[in-house]
Amino acid sequence: MKKTGLIVGGLAASLMATSALAQDIDVKIGVLNDRSGLYADLSGEGSVIAARMAVEDFDAASKGINVEIVSADHQNKPDVASNIARQWIDDEDVNVILDVPTSSAALAVHEVLRDSNALMLNSGAATSDLTGEACSPNTVHWTYDTWALANGTGSAMVQQGGESWFFLTADYAFGHSLERDTAAVVEANGGEVVGTVRHPFPGQDFSSFLLQAQSSGAQVIGLANAGGDTVNTIKQAAEFGITQAGQSLAGLLIFLTDVHALGLEAAQGLVLTESFYWDLDDETRAWSERFMEAKGDMPTMVQAGVYSAVLHYLKAVEETGSTDAEPVMAAMKSTPTSDPLFGEGEIRADGRKIHDLYLFEVKSPDESEGAWDYYDVLATIPADSAFRPMEEGNCPLVE
Amino acid sequence: MFELLGIPPQALFGQLLLGLINGSFYAMLSLGLAIIFGLLNIINFTHGAQYMLGAFVAYLLLQYLGVGYWGALLLAPIIVGAFGIVLERLMISKLYHLDHLYGLLLTFGLALILQGLLRNEFGISGLPYNIPSQLSGGQNLGFMFLPNYRGWVVVASVIVCFGTWFMIEKTRLGAYLRAGTENPTLVGAFGINVPRMITLTYGFGVALAAFAGVLAAPIYSVNPNMGAELIIVVFAVVVIGGMGSILGAILTGFGLGIVEGLTRVFYPEGSSVVIFVIMAIVLLVKPAGLFGRTA
Repeated sequence: MKKTGLIVGGLAASLMATSALAQDIDVKIGVLNDRSGLYADLSGEGSVIAARMAVEDFDAASKGINVEIVSADHQNKPDVASNIARQWIDDEDVNVILDVPTSSAALAVHEVLRDSNALMLNSGAATSDLTGEACSPNTVHWTYDTWALANGTGSAMVQQGGESWFFLTADYAFGHSLERDTAAVVEANGGEVVGTVRHPFPGQDFSSFLLQAQSSGAQVIGLANAGGDTVNTIKQAAEFGITQAGQSLAGLLIFLTDVHALGLEAAQGLVLTESFYWDLDDETRAWSERFMEAKGDMPTMVQAGVYSAVLHYLKAVEETGSTDAEPVMAAMKSTPTSDPLFGEGEIRADGRKIHDLYLFEVKSPDESEGAWDYYDVLATIPADSAFRPMEEGNCPLVE
Repeated sequence: MFELLGIPPQALFGQLLLGLINGSFYAMLSLGLAIIFGLLNIINFTHGAQYMLGAFVAYLLLQYLGVGYWGALLLAPIIVGAFGIVLERLMISKLYHLDHLYGLLLTFGLALILQGLLRNEFGISGLPYNIPSQLSGGQNLGFMFLPNYRGWVVVASVIVCFGTWFMIEKTRLGAYLRAGTENPTLVGAFGINVPRMITLTYGFGVALAAFAGVLAAPIYSVNPNMGAELIIVVFAVVVIGGMGSILGAILTGFGLGIVEGLTRVFYPEGSSVVIFVIMAIVLLVKPAGLFGRTA
């Protein structure tokens, strides 16, 4: 199966090489994410809309590139995700898989695509392992990762005086990796970790875990979870008087849609790290208004990342006149990235896409001037210090 | 200060209380399921979705009609219960003479449709619903801070559960119900309208789920999947208690809430499976459930 795939792939490549001038290329983009579970609002259909917008803005049709977008629901399950990925690349000639939130599912797809003729441009998942020791020549990790979140939010909290930490961690690859990366930042800044509790994913009632965090006496409760889990944890922390009693919450991964669900009353004052916010400048506002018209909600950084990734991918396809994994990836890595949402950036040898990150603080209801006006920018973390230095990741692709 | 298995007793009391609070939801939901199964022989997989509908109706009543929490606590069960009655008349009643499996498939399908429709309309992140002002704040019990609202959940649930048990086991109306399910023809011969009684029973079971949904709205986020996870656990509770046993469902609901709460202290990673482990053991040792009678 694999062999024939290679032969067919090679044949197709040589055919395309001869017709490169005519540029009649078929590209199939698969958006694989959560379309029904707790991450559906932050990725889901919104990511498909973002991919479609990228194809329109790139004006693929007039450049002789025929793009087809397919999508599927991986239900946040690694086995479902890898089955779909395998079917897409073996039977349906999908060239590139986008988004893939849920770290455990992302790592599974990452392994399926390794050494295949397809790429993964991951926007939704968080684990920094995608560009660490397990890095792959077929994966780009686009939008954010656990190291960057820990470095942004974690160090900001320690600098504000939160020196002892207790982690409330979602019990799967993402939570573990976010906890590990944040603990390292806390300790490097002179803080200490006094305890950890790992909760089943997804959860509903977090009061028991919060009470354990409370009795630990830690100054900061680090929430190494995401989506609906984080929303419920923050709500219940307020209900049990934990924040009022002086412990502060560090939401290590909070998306715009989470703040929207919490409401500003409950979310105000949270400090968080993201790589995109709709209200950064004129270009992000203009794009987000278009997105809003199609989706009905403002975009999250995950959806913005899908847009940016598709745009850069199509540029590489145009440049190489091919959809083969190797030349396209080489072109993507050698060309700096530039788009209206993330500005200037680049893709490093280990597959990490770098760009500026922002430290935001959630506004109070009085400060907010209308729907979706949620964040104040506290600081911009420049691209070269926002992500884990390449030599610390131990990625074998880096020489 | 002495410690029990490495946990200070104060913390343990706190966790027991939290377990009891979660058990309240299990008890109310498994009670409804047990009534519906016991009297109608239908495995009502829509129960989780009906619980979710209760929370959504409360949210919508507040958004569009300005009806607050207390009004919703009364109205939402009536509205969702009426919806249940329509379902029973139009669809479920056609399946009474068939195998359990058909009822299960129908109600499971209905649950998926309801969740899908609401997901399409409201998304998945959840909608905010505030704790009513009369019940905000909390009490410092010495060993933990108990939010007033959670205390209210336990009280309301105990009243509703034992009120229902009393009505079915100790009153004349309950006796008709139980007789009607044993031998509908004979009870009908006494001039009692058995099909209508069955319909109303289904509506009541559904209303119980909606009531639990309204109780849950202020503490869990109101979202279309809120019942989907819960219903599986609640089914395990019903199986452990004994299918169709009213008292079994109530006691097992509270009891398993506590067991789950303790697991969250001693082995948090296992807290989502502990109930299923217990279910497997109970099925092996006493297949009819702890409170069930072997047929």
